Amino acid sequence: MNSTDLMKQLPAQWSTFGPGYDWLFYFIYWMSVVLFVGIIGTAIYFVVKYRRQPGVKAEPTGHNLVMELAWTVAPVVLLVLLFHWGFAGYVSLTTPPPDAMDIRVRARKWSWDFEYPNGGHTANEVTIPVNRPVRFVLSAEDVLHSMYIPAFRVKRDAVPGMYSTLWFQATHTGDTRFFCAEYCGAADEPVTQPDGTQRDTGHFSMNGLVHIVPQARWSTFLEGILRAPTHPDGREFTAAEWGEQLYTQQNCNTCHSVNGSPMTGPTWQHIFGHEAALADGTRVMVDENYLRRSILEPNAQVVQGFNPVMPSYQGSLTDRQLDALIAYIRSLR
Amino acid sequence: MATEVEHAADPHGGIDPNENYLIAGKGIWSWLSTLDHKRIGVMYLISVILAFFLGGMFALLIRLELLTPGRTIMGAATYNRVFTLHGAIMVFLFIIPSIPAAMGNFVLPIMVGAKDVAFPRLNLMSFYIYVIGAIFCLFSIVSGAVDTGWTFYTPYSTTSSSSVVSMTLGVFILGFSSILTGLNFIVTIHKLRAPGLHWRRLPLFVWGMYATSVIQVLATPVLAITLALLAMEKVLGLGIFDASLGGDPVLFQHFFWFYSHPAVYIMIVPGMAIVSELFATFSRRAVFGYFAIAMSSLGLALLGFLVWGHHMFTSGQSEFATMVFSGLTMLVAIPSGVKVFNWTATLYKGSIWLTTPMLYALSFLVLFTIGGLTGLFLGTLSVDIHLHDTYFVVAHFHYVMMGGTVMGFLGGLLYWWPKITGKLYNEPAAKVSWAFIFVGFNAVFIAQFIMGSRGMPRRYYDYVPEFRPYHAFSTYGSWVLAVGFFILAGVLIQSLLKGAKSPPNPWGSAGFEWNTSSPPIFSNFAETPVITRGPYDYHEATEEELFDGFPEDFKKTVS
Repeated sequence: MNSTDLMKQLPAQWSTFGPGYDWLFYFIYWMSVVLFVGIIGTAIYFVVKYRRQPGVKAEPTGHNLVMELAWTVAPVVLLVLLFHWGFAGYVSLTTPPPDAMDIRVRARKWSWDFEYPNGGHTANEVTIPVNRPVRFVLSAEDVLHSMYIPAFRVKRDAVPGMYSTLWFQATHTGDTRFFCAEYCGAADEPVTQPDGTQRDTGHFSMNGLVHIVPQARWSTFLEGILRAPTHPDGREFTAAEWGEQLYTQQNCNTCHSVNGSPMTGPTWQHIFGHEAALADGTRVMVDENYLRRSILEPNAQVVQGFNPVMPSYQGSLTDRQLDALIAYIRSLR
Repeated sequence: MATEVEHAADPHGGIDPNENYLIAGKGIWSWLSTLDHKRIGVMYLISVILAFFLGGMFALLIRLELLTPGRTIMGAATYNRVFTLHGAIMVFLFIIPSIPAAMGNFVLPIMVGAKDVAFPRLNLMSFYIYVIGAIFCLFSIVSGAVDTGWTFYTPYSTTSSSSVVSMTLGVFILGFSSILTGLNFIVTIHKLRAPGLHWRRLPLFVWGMYATSVIQVLATPVLAITLALLAMEKVLGLGIFDASLGGDPVLFQHFFWFYSHPAVYIMIVPGMAIVSELFATFSRRAVFGYFAIAMSSLGLALLGFLVWGHHMFTSGQSEFATMVFSGLTMLVAIPSGVKVFNWTATLYKGSIWLTTPMLYALSFLVLFTIGGLTGLFLGTLSVDIHLHDTYFVVAHFHYVMMGGTVMGFLGGLLYWWPKITGKLYNEPAAKVSWAFIFVGFNAVFIAQFIMGSRGMPRRYYDYVPEFRPYHAFSTYGSWVLAVGFFILAGVLIQSLLKGAKSPPNPWGSAGFEWNTSSPPIFSNFAETPVITRGPYDYHEATEEELFDGFPEDFKKTVS
């Protein structure tokens, strides 16, 4: 990255909002530069020209009502213009075309779930077709989050208990990043990844890629998310392999280990097929039904010694993904 | 000015009202139980300086962590506490009390020709309320600290396990200190002005304190109730803000910003008030457009209550509200612009003396202009959507709060230092510290504008590698800034220990507070002054008034 690149204030424009947005941004920028240079240049000129000299007195301050009115009224004109352009731009940012395709976006600490019109899901990354209007319908499961896609110039908070929306039409294929833009905390401890490295999770890690694909690849993608992922040689993942992938993708690893050590939640190692003591004193067999309930209604049957803090994955996982996770946990017995 | 006060009744418990206030009454108890506004001002000054130092340490830790991606010196959970504490300490323990309580308390009664504020006991009580509030906040730091951000947004704050309740209790208590100070100033300005001091002769610092006090009294109670509701929700599970109990998280934001937007005018208007005094004294000329500046302070105070929703354009509040708030936000830019133009015009045909206080006033002009102009980006609806919750916002508010208020605070501190302490400080060394502070400050924050508009969100423990050069540059800048403050601390300590004795009016100012000894006597004046001119009427002031006790050779270098 060369030095002129570093000074470029805006990222690449990959949506139809880009040109209008950037025009207004730079209008305000250059207007500010002109005003700044004018005011400060004048001040510096006066400081130099009227610096204290022996024997030279300051002139008593006069009045100039015309000038005062001028510099009160002229900014009003400029500000009304800015308001108007900003509002017009905002109207287009918040008015999706009627044929926009909806993608349901659910945010939680600290991951994103994207649900597509065919019921398929992806986690922490989203694929969209180029040159088609797309609307994100956002909500949050726990605390405030915010979906921010700099290259599209869009942002909207994800709020628990309500829906909010943003829309865009991508104009460029490729990968660009989205970020969480509303502070939502962080995990107390880093999680150990499958490869042994430590990874911190939190507000700052809730970012991922927007894959913008040509129309032709879009329908293939949609079909693909309904099936299990595939190995490079084309073989589909087994249920347990898919479950293992979901274990990190869905951030289960933030709270559950697979090596026996207790974390915020119970370990998954050696639990399937055994009894567990619950917080209410009863005992339960850890089978497929118990695991399904624990994922969808996590605080209904909490294991003794742990707190009811797990968020629900209701709506975030397809049935097949649930099956895959259960298969993976079973494989750890 | 040199005649003695008659010893009629002695309500001051054995204190000689003709003695310099620093020695009138000896021992620590005479300070802790003082009713003298000057001593209370000094105690506040020491407290806010300590708070600034603590908040500044947290800032250096933030920047050190962000020097490299990933973990540098601390984990993510600790980082979240560090940035929250930096914000909460700087906002509630430093910047809001700083100029009004530390300098307003000292200078305002003298400027209006009074012996003290209207309610001296209330003044002492407000100091102790500050101390108790500060203790709660400090307790929360050591008992697990807070990781919600200084804005305490729900539902994160109602579900976080950190010490939210004790921190919000501390802030709740601090609010009363602010309210009582405001109340005291309003009554003092209305009722204790010396004969001849009609409103149009009031120093602009006093107008600024008046406007600030109105905001403090009207807005702070809203924060108190909001934090009380937050604490009750956390403890009692009421469901006002928690969606799972039927509440509305966005409602908290409305309540919070209804106070916190006017609060930023509590922060900036006093800084502007000091800058007006500095421009006048160091150009030896009345501030241009006196009435416009006075009215613009009131205008900011009132308009400031109408724009809180501009912090919430992406929050999911109604689109209609969003539009109205953007329009009103544009209006609030006008009074600030008027001041900037008027200060610049004040320099025209003045006789300008580039002392360190004047350098701070000019720094305010430059940096507040940048901060204010970047506010236009944020008030313009479509443009804000991309910039909200990025480092662009962080840079904007640091330019106005630090490049604005803190520059004003430092300018006022050095300007009134001879009046408060009776000593001069080392001017060349002070200029060196200013240079480090000015350069360091810009280095820290200018990079943040660019990384913000390029998409770097705020409150991030870690970042994608693209942003590393900006973070590194910003961190190096923080070290330059820190050096500047350490040099300044050295300058002030040296002045206290070995500084030359100050004449009553070292700056040759026509301001009313300079018509007393430096430091002032306990009762400020030997007899109640009668005001016959304005505070900036250099052509009407006598030579003696402007240069009483001035060293001969210094006198030759000024007109």
